[in-house]
Amino acid sequence: MQLTVWTYEGPPHMGAIRVATAMEGVHCVLHAPVGDTYADLLFTMIERRAGRPAVTYSSFQARDMGGDSGGLFKRTVAEAYERFRPQVILVAPTCTGELLQDDPGGLARAVGLPIPVIPLSLPSYQRKENWGAAETFYALVRGLAGRGQPGPRPPRPEGQAPSCNILGPVSLGFRHRDDLVEVRRLLDLLGVTVNVVAPLGASPADLTRLGAADFNVVLYPEVADTAARWLERTFSQPSVRVMPIGVGATRDFVAEVARVAGIDPVPALDESTLRLPWYSRSVDSTYLTGKRVFLFGDASHVIAAARVAQDEMGFNVVGMGTYSREFGREFRQAAEQYGVEPLITDDYLEVEARLADLRPDLVLGTQMERHVAKRLGLPCAVISAPVHVQDFPARFAPQMGLEGANVLFDTWVHPLMMGLEEHLLTMFREDFEFHAEAAPSHLGSAAPRSLEPADAVVSIQADPAATLVAAPAAGDASPSSSTSPSTPGVTWEPEAEAELRKIPFFVRGKARRNTERFAADRGLARITVETLYDAKAHFGS
Amino acid sequence: MTESMAEATEGAVKTCDGVLRERGQQSVFCGLTGVVWLHRKIQDAFFLIVGSRTCAHLMQSAAGVMIFAEPRFGTAVLEERDLAGMADAHQEIDRMVGRLLERRPDIRMLFLVGSCPSEVIKIDLDRAAHRLNARHGATTRVVAYSGSGLDTAFTQGEDTCLAALVPHLPAAPADEGRSLLVVGCLPDVVEDQFARLFRDMGVGPVRFLPARGARDLPAVGPNTLVLAAQPFVGDTVRLLERKGATRLAAPFPFGAEGTTLWLKAAADAFGVDPQRFEAVTGPGQARARQALGRVRESLDGKRVFFFPDSQLEIPLARFLSRELGMIPVEVGTPYLNRQLVEPDLALLPEGALISEGQDVDRQMDRCLAAKPDLTVCGLGLANPLEAQGLTTKWSIELVFSPVHGYDQAGDLAGLFARPLARRALLKV
Ligand code: SF4
Repeated sequence: MQLTVWTYEGPPHMGAIRVATAMEGVHCVLHAPVGDTYADLLFTMIERRAGRPAVTYSSFQARDMGGDSGGLFKRTVAEAYERFRPQVILVAPTCTGELLQDDPGGLARAVGLPIPVIPLSLPSYQRKENWGAAETFYALVRGLAGRGQPGPRPPRPEGQAPSCNILGPVSLGFRHRDDLVEVRRLLDLLGVTVNVVAPLGASPADLTRLGAADFNVVLYPEVADTAARWLERTFSQPSVRVMPIGVGATRDFVAEVARVAGIDPVPALDESTLRLPWYSRSVDSTYLTGKRVFLFGDASHVIAAARVAQDEMGFNVVGMGTYSREFGREFRQAAEQYGVEPLITDDYLEVEARLADLRPDLVLGTQMERHVAKRLGLPCAVISAPVHVQDFPARFAPQMGLEGANVLFDTWVHPLMMGLEEHLLTMFREDFEFHAEAAPSHLGSAAPRSLEPADAVVSIQADPAATLVAAPAAGDASPSSSTSPSTPGVTWEPEAEAELRKIPFFVRGKARRNTERFAADRGLARITVETLYDAKAHFGS
Repeated sequence: MTESMAEATEGAVKTCDGVLRERGQQSVFCGLTGVVWLHRKIQDAFFLIVGSRTCAHLMQSAAGVMIFAEPRFGTAVLEERDLAGMADAHQEIDRMVGRLLERRPDIRMLFLVGSCPSEVIKIDLDRAAHRLNARHGATTRVVAYSGSGLDTAFTQGEDTCLAALVPHLPAAPADEGRSLLVVGCLPDVVEDQFARLFRDMGVGPVRFLPARGARDLPAVGPNTLVLAAQPFVGDTVRLLERKGATRLAAPFPFGAEGTTLWLKAAADAFGVDPQRFEAVTGPGQARARQALGRVRESLDGKRVFFFPDSQLEIPLARFLSRELGMIPVEVGTPYLNRQLVEPDLALLPEGALISEGQDVDRQMDRCLAAKPDLTVCGLGLANPLEAQGLTTKWSIELVFSPVHGYDQAGDLAGLFARPLARRALLKV
């Protein structure tokens, strides 16, 4: 047993619902107890879907269990077919259904529906949401895409445009909707036609045509990797695995597509709308240099973002981690490039501990890191699922492609102090307007706030939509109070305390902690002005 | 049509009492969700759910829970090795509880909350609680109850929790006269209002279940009069009756009328003089009427449809129809606890369909056909119904906001009026 308060990923059947809901004509029937229907609200509230997700639950109760829970499941399948008329039905048990050993696949087949019924094997006690999505997508592809010809693909007929499939976008994905628009634009500029996008928007009939494309673009490996590997083997379709997040990766993506398709990359290299490189070079961005950044999220987004952080923003990657254990090997390799120890965990408390320890200048994480960073008074921007209602902005906000790079620049710089502002604060730190609780001026008139009291353990908001998936709704981008409780056993001389107050507030917390640690390490009971500056020299800041 | 399809038509039964009983997909949370408000109410309690990743995911998704430093609930997620018998569940629970209590010496009451998986693999949490009490009982009382979706829907999780506390309640002193026990979680502010009203009427001693602290379990005995503050505490009340307590029947305290009748049930049982009752409740009644008067116009004559959610539906439909002039079309409840809601049922107007259980697809059909002015439903259905042109109110807000009593009557009405006002306001 594992004590869990909050998880980055739901159970594997969540992944199955996300795939089914993304598609057209696919319906998922789950053998599940009454309360498992909660999953619906993630789709209707976070994604603001106008329709219900493509799932029906058998809703069994205690009284069914001694009796005919199998019969109940058959009725559920039959009714779901009658009502929704899907072209394919996916069936699976949820965690409790799995324990009943009713064999949903066999039961569903026995109903004798005139459409394909694809049973999913989703081991709820071993696997999680992304794995479930990948497995579901793979089961659909393998079940519907048919059989390829053995041997290498015949050359593309003269004059025919190269074509690809885009694999990976699903429901409740982080910016999938907008990324897709950006990637289609790039492919279009290259003259590559898109054969099928799946799962998002694809019908079962579309999946039968997957083999016709020349190659696959694996947009989100967490969802599409298993299926793409099968397509590689079955149809000899090469895969483009570069995730076009950031300028360099977008250029690499274009080059890789051009190479695989045997075409000229130049048409897609028009960068007239790309602003990140100039913004990053402009003098105001000098202050971004060497900002210490910590990244956490799904493996592929973190790996991609680390490159942007270091090469395109001039940050210093001081730590990175992921909850995607399936991609542990790739992740470790990436972390090695930056010389940091990878943190592979699905325990947010471990991530929190690492954050508290590293005290980075910027956190790039999930909604959970945003929340933790807020408590620690660290600036944060969100780069990865799990998603929150705020991750479905009304405006166009991709992460991928040229516009995606522009969005990254804005989103990551936003929580930080602007360049000149940082200097002004240093100059006028005793000015009443620049009191310790002042937030970056562009973040509005954030009222001075102190840290949440340690005993405020959980806050329930009466407005669930604002807080779906464990994150606060508003006014949380500002660095919190910089004062922190002193280390026990170490006291500050009044003069040192006064000196500390002259340090700009946004680094004051760090200075205080560093000095206290410095003093504690040396067994100093009192901190003098000397100690403060000794510690500053020691930590080099 | 296959044989199974033929069976499929058996889902709904209209019984002789006029209640439509349905059996199909239920879009209602399971009882685990009760932890969300119970742990806020009982401030030194920890809730340890023994369940699956699904249970943990429900807890973080359902109620919009934000996690601060040290939350007072968590899920012990069962893993493959627990199922394969490689790890002894009871040893695992002991280990986890031991560590937890070491870290949280402030915890005075620990609930072991059963889930569907723990129930199906037959982890006997009562036995675990018994054993753990022997070890930790001096400082922390350990109590087990079930919040599983196999036996509880949403608010029933509070009932199973409170029912599990009943055997732990101390006996009221033998020489004590009548006492009043109010059953069901109320926000502290509402509880204090009621306590003041009872005090001013001379009704007392008054105790509340659950109490705010684990050490303040209310005493109960043959002279205890039980007044349910929530319609979903049926099992708890039954167990209290078995301990000799007497149940008072009343409509639930929503709105001016509901609150007055509810208070009156207690006042009459304590022999409060009608004039004194009037004097004490008069100002509250007047304030509530005034507040309702401001909202009435926007709700009067509007048709309302309730999807089943919290069991508050019948008392709320009574409030909306009698005090605000709304017309209930269908009033769905996950479970019809006749004994407790009879006084509210009796006040409902003719013509409202009462439905129990759910077949969500059919109910959606009925709702869309009825085209109510306002639909009260869960978060999974609200946007889809809005997209079909209906105006909706999230039912979960009714559970998480202070809505009982005179001084919340206007707020309660406002919750129903706001979606309509917004719809009228928007020009997009
Ligand atoms: S319905 Fe059962 S399995 Fe699902 S969340 Fe509730 S207790 Fe857990």
